[in-house]
Amino acid sequence: MKVAVLVKQIPDPSGAGRLDGSHRLVREGVEVVLDPGDAYGVEAALRVAEASSGEVVAISMGPERALEAIRKALSMGAGSGLLVTDPRLLGSDALATARVLARAVERSGAELLIGCTESTDGYTGTVPAAIAELLGWPALTFAKQLEVEGGRVRIQRQTASGHDLVEAEAPAVVTVTGGINEPRYPTLKGIMAARSKPVEQLGLDDLGIDPASVGEAGAGQLVSSVEPVPERSSGELIEADGAAARRLADYLAELKLV
Amino acid sequence: MARVLVYCELLQGEPAPVSLEALTLARELGEVSAVVLDPEGERAAPALGRYGAGTVHLGADAAYRDYLGQPAAAALGALVQELDPDLVLLGATYDARDLAARVSARLQLTLLANATGVVPSGPGFAASSTIFGATQAVLTELRGRSPLVLLRPKSVSASPAGEVEARVLPLSLPPDAPRGPRRLESVVAAAAGPQLEEAKVVVSGGRGLQEASNFELVERLARLLHGAVGASRAVVDAGWTPYARQVGQTGKTVKPDLYIACGISGAMQHTVGMKGAKHIVAINRDPDAPIFKLADLGVVGDALKVVPELIAELERRGVSA
Repeated sequence: MKVAVLVKQIPDPSGAGRLDGSHRLVREGVEVVLDPGDAYGVEAALRVAEASSGEVVAISMGPERALEAIRKALSMGAGSGLLVTDPRLLGSDALATARVLARAVERSGAELLIGCTESTDGYTGTVPAAIAELLGWPALTFAKQLEVEGGRVRIQRQTASGHDLVEAEAPAVVTVTGGINEPRYPTLKGIMAARSKPVEQLGLDDLGIDPASVGEAGAGQLVSSVEPVPERSSGELIEADGAAARRLADYLAELKLV
Repeated sequence: MARVLVYCELLQGEPAPVSLEALTLARELGEVSAVVLDPEGERAAPALGRYGAGTVHLGADAAYRDYLGQPAAAALGALVQELDPDLVLLGATYDARDLAARVSARLQLTLLANATGVVPSGPGFAASSTIFGATQAVLTELRGRSPLVLLRPKSVSASPAGEVEARVLPLSLPPDAPRGPRRLESVVAAAAGPQLEEAKVVVSGGRGLQEASNFELVERLARLLHGAVGASRAVVDAGWTPYARQVGQTGKTVKPDLYIACGISGAMQHTVGMKGAKHIVAINRDPDAPIFKLADLGVVGDALKVVPELIAELERRGVSA
């Protein structure tokens, strides 16, 4: 089975984020990494492909620098990459992103699309289900376990009170939660091999997407202000000597919680 | 007057708390109607009325229970087209996030996720949200007709409007609605103690607990305090505990009376989900850990040592689970 996986290059989440004058996330001059959530998606995709003698195509949308995220997926074992990059995509919202990625998935010929539940930077978590709607595919989301057998996709889906067992026929979209698997580390051999794997780069015209439907032009939302939130002030700080447990227990008693 | 449609859900037979929060917010914005897509939805109608819904559009087809996302998207999409509301508000649950995404793609409507509030703005609305670990507040103008907004739980405190009897209107499933993934089975985890989002006390564990088996310390302390267990993203990603317990940006927002962070450094990813707690206690080895900036009481020390000592001290004082 051909499996597509969504990957995204994001500013290192452990660094302090910044916005530019147009209220867009600064992605230049900062450390960028493969979104930590995406590693679970790549691993899940590789396992499905390996079990079905299939292959994985890593798909991303972003500036040319997003190639690094695709290379990371290739070094883990994906067979090829597809990057949609076009200056007119700058400022795209979640729906526009879904429009573009849906076309890319169609083009890849994949029967299964895997992504993480949400990106760590934008965290809307709405792109995969929107892609599914645009493609007319079922979406099996918040998977904490994934099984693919023949054309049948089955997941354990996280719910507020436990989990649901959910099943659909491919083609389908699946989103995976963190902790669903243990992502493999790229081997040196994998990193070397990644350099020669094919990565297709496409623009809006190649995918037949109307530029007015994406980027700033197509955005349904406009940030009008950004202001700092007043910080909490810190309180008492004590050392963990023999008395710390007593002080903690006293504090709980003061709050009438014990 | 603006017309606001609120998508409401049931959680174990009762209106979900976040749905009541969304209704409470919607009342300030205009005339409120609710939509419920659940075979047991009728039970919720009186409560939805009390929280401000003048009308409840009720879809009771079994397909909403048996299939994920697609039947609900077809029904909600059709209703939004028919009513043409000025705003569609949804409490951000697992299901609502998928549903909003599908309806947004289906009808080409603006969708804003992770909102913490909505205010009138010009002829329409603007939504507030926070970024960078809730250190920056963002206001976003919503363009186009019937924008969809996903409201993060605990952003608004729910309050009833009075004894309003909602008019219930049946809503039929569009005949061409795709069925979508089939829900074969629902497993309710034997949840000891209160739900994470509703608990008065939350005890969370992070990397500082060093290994998976030590996470049990957090569970013991939570039991003793009749609280719920939370976790940082790092330990969920490491597979120590399920995603359902993750507190933070990618995860749940909690606002307990007391939040105890054990071995959690306080990355922004985490603090966005807990900084609304009334009181915060942090236990961490690193005196420079950002979590101490939020803590009312901070203990600089190894959580593996301090937590068992606290459990012993509480037990010595006669506290029992």
